[in-house]
Amino acid sequence: MNDEVGDGEVLASYNFAYLDEQTKRMIRRAILKAIAIPGYQVPFASREMPMPYGWGTGGVQVTAAIIGPEDTLKVIDQGADDTTNAVSIRAFFAKTARVKTTMQTGKATLIQTRHRIPEEALTNDQILVYQVPIPEPLRFLEPRETETRKMHGLEEYGLMHVKLYEDIAKNGHIATTYAYPVKVAGRYVMDPSPTPKFDNPKMNQCEALQLFGAGREKRIYAVPPYTNVVSLDFEDHPFEVTKFEEPCALCGSEGAYLDEVILDDKGHKMFVCSDTDYCEKQQRKKMQNLGEEAKQRAFS
Amino acid sequence: MYVAVKGGERAIANAHKLLAERRRGKRSVAALGLEQIVEQLSLAVDRVMNEGSLYDRHLAALAIKQARGDLIEAIFLLRAYRTTLPKLGYSTPVKTENMLIERRISATYKDLPGGQILGPTFDYTHRLLDPALAGEEAVFSLEEGPISPNNFVRVSDILAQEGLIEEDGRLNGAKPNDITKEPLDFPMGRDTRLQALARGDEGFLLALGYSTQRGYARTHPFAGEIRIGEVEVEYFIPELGYVVIIGRIQITECQMVNQFSGSAKVPPQFTRGYGLVFGQSERKAMSVALCDRALRANELGEDIVAPAQDEEFVIAHSDNVQATGFVEHLKLPHYVDFQSELDLVRTMRRDFEKAKDAVRSTACGLHEKQEKQKTGEVSSER
Ligand SMILES: [Zn+2]
Repeated sequence: MNDEVGDGEVLASYNFAYLDEQTKRMIRRAILKAIAIPGYQVPFASREMPMPYGWGTGGVQVTAAIIGPEDTLKVIDQGADDTTNAVSIRAFFAKTARVKTTMQTGKATLIQTRHRIPEEALTNDQILVYQVPIPEPLRFLEPRETETRKMHGLEEYGLMHVKLYEDIAKNGHIATTYAYPVKVAGRYVMDPSPTPKFDNPKMNQCEALQLFGAGREKRIYAVPPYTNVVSLDFEDHPFEVTKFEEPCALCGSEGAYLDEVILDDKGHKMFVCSDTDYCEKQQRKKMQNLGEEAKQRAFS
Repeated sequence: MYVAVKGGERAIANAHKLLAERRRGKRSVAALGLEQIVEQLSLAVDRVMNEGSLYDRHLAALAIKQARGDLIEAIFLLRAYRTTLPKLGYSTPVKTENMLIERRISATYKDLPGGQILGPTFDYTHRLLDPALAGEEAVFSLEEGPISPNNFVRVSDILAQEGLIEEDGRLNGAKPNDITKEPLDFPMGRDTRLQALARGDEGFLLALGYSTQRGYARTHPFAGEIRIGEVEVEYFIPELGYVVIIGRIQITECQMVNQFSGSAKVPPQFTRGYGLVFGQSERKAMSVALCDRALRANELGEDIVAPAQDEEFVIAHSDNVQATGFVEHLKLPHYVDFQSELDLVRTMRRDFEKAKDAVRSTACGLHEKQEKQKTGEVSSER
């Protein structure tokens, strides 16, 4: 990755991708450590960024530390490229790093995301950067950092299993639908960031490098390519992926994650893909197929 | 037919244009100059410098103007700028005993060498709105005597001569930790904690300090000394081999003296709570000193029973730039997660209704049976 400062005229006062090189090196060291210990939360000296904490500063710092001028960046929030915060972060890198940006998953070398993993399978020349609000999977069971650190150190995850078990005892099923805990490479329990549990299976044996940045909480963690990522469950209550009863109303996809859209004040609703790029691609495919069919009918 | 809404980019640009418009306000009213803010809203400037961790009055004034007077937003602007500056080194500890004193009070001694100096204080003013300030102010000038560098001895040093107060803390190692360069790690050293408190939110620390006075971890504090004035900032230049003065800053120092009856670890004596902040920020310095002392509970062998003594609780939540970011991030879309929760609540709701129906039908069955028994219809079953 190249860190040359871009032509100094437009943004004389800021370095390529905003962060100074010292800071980038510090972040890269944390990233390397995170890759070496999959799922382990590496503390790093998170910087103030020109966007608020909780709005993607961790992801932005990770992206800023690894992006090069040759990269093509895609930014999504809730699966969509056009949500306001995704627009703002994309514009930030377009301005400070002057990199190419794209909305197409397949064309991106670097994807920064909040709350979703793209539907299209990622490849080993891509990096997925997650924005993480609370990196500690045990935080809501034990608020103290000094305690949770010990629990990770001793691989003492009983508390988490008890919580999931209590869910089953009370509801008959595990009542965690997002930020569903996973075990990485058979060792560390990790918060997949608040992605819906629907996306958990995509993390397992993923070809792309997955990096997680939590700015406010000052932690970076990683899942290297081709790593086992297993959602926690019980033999008699195996992990289940959310299923939708109907296909996407726009593209007809089944098996994609859907958003509920309220159509009127009577509460009529429809379900559409949350991954906007995927949905558009499926719509194009559908149109093409219809065209082909029409052609075949005309010629037969 | 539903079409996904596009145009986030244009919406953002337009919103920011409107923000600039509202910030400027009525054009018939003169625009605020930075000098006006620096001179006439100087305590707001001090607060922004403190919590922004950057001593620059003009940049702080600019931040206040740009933030439309929202001080936390101004602090955020200053921090985001500060983080891009090169960090060249650390000054030697400032010598507050050599301060050019503008204000100096002690609540523990009636009189002391150097005397009590009230200085520019709101204390003892009657809080009556002054209509005279509404319009053009009459010009008056005050004859100010020169401030003499009379090296007032610090109250804590007077107590130390008798051995009744613990020694000033010493730094472990040659260099202080730097919270702007290293991730926070719990439990932390006092140097780290004091840095975090110095940039902590004034309101939050004020409330915590107040809570210790109301019995949530009582620390029996006395305002040993509060001094405000200018100190020289010195920097050791290794290439030259000596210390040079690189500037002067105004600071407020508060030494709380806390009566302490001793513990298994420490004999009875006076202990210290310390607060040092930029500018004239007395409330902040006192709050920091109260929190510092409360947070030393573990070191002094006191029971940890209240929020103000809980390092993880206090330090992890004292930074208002972090706090406001995370609280306000709730404005960002969360519809993906919300969708999962909708699904879950609908499922649980169905289960709940089913269970209720089941209970109702059993109850009905029972009721019918009882009715029949009363009318003797079931007697034949016997
Ligand atoms: Zn679709």
